[in-house]
Amino acid sequence: MADETLDASGLNCPLPILKTKKALSKMDTGKILDVISTDAGSVKDIEAFCNQTGNKLMSTVEDGGKYVFTIEKV
Amino acid sequence: MSDNNKMTIIATKGTFDWAFPPFIIASTGVAMDKEVTIFFTFYGLNLLLKDTSKLRVSPMGNPGMPMKMPFGPKWLQDIDFGPKIPNVLWNIPFADSLVTYLMKKTMAKHGVAKLADLRDMCQEFDVRFIACEMTVELFGYDKSDFIDGVEFAGAASYFDEAASGNHHLYM
Repeated sequence: MADETLDASGLNCPLPILKTKKALSKMDTGKILDVISTDAGSVKDIEAFCNQTGNKLMSTVEDGGKYVFTIEKV
Repeated sequence: MSDNNKMTIIATKGTFDWAFPPFIIASTGVAMDKEVTIFFTFYGLNLLLKDTSKLRVSPMGNPGMPMKMPFGPKWLQDIDFGPKIPNVLWNIPFADSLVTYLMKKTMAKHGVAKLADLRDMCQEFDVRFIACEMTVELFGYDKSDFIDGVEFAGAASYFDEAASGNHHLYM
């Protein structure tokens, strides 16, 4: 179960990434963030973001054009 | 000495459309833990003005620009007017204003950030903005024309930043 949820639906690149960064920066290490996005580009971008920042992408779930990314803050 | 975390961008263009790439790349860079500096020179200085509402995108001499209507029936929205309209016809008054208006509508429809918001986010994330002192004077700007938080310096300062780091982009 996520500690925080960020709804970035309807937003386009780079906003889902910027808002994810902002949300994570307010959270403690080990906490879980769910990011909801409708931007298909964010599938690759959230993965790249986590690769670069060291945060852990735990899962990506797609449901009818809606993506839910579960990220653990490291 | 190389510092992988540093990134510099030279922003040289001052039209509405080209205002986006430097701020998009810079804000994403800082979000991904880079230290980012943008050096604004020549027309790129427009991007630092307090009032960016006068920035325009021009269809003149811009044949790569797709032109689709952001509203209306679907058949109309599917038409790309870009290649259909002879470029010389854009040489009419207010063409730039019209096309800029339509581009802003299209961006809003697609959830693209507003220019001022992207710039604010860059500043919030501590992107360094350096305005080229020489072109500020050359174009007769007053330093008070620009937003707060801008540093004024020359090409040597750019090199001082760019000497470390390995991402350097010219836009």
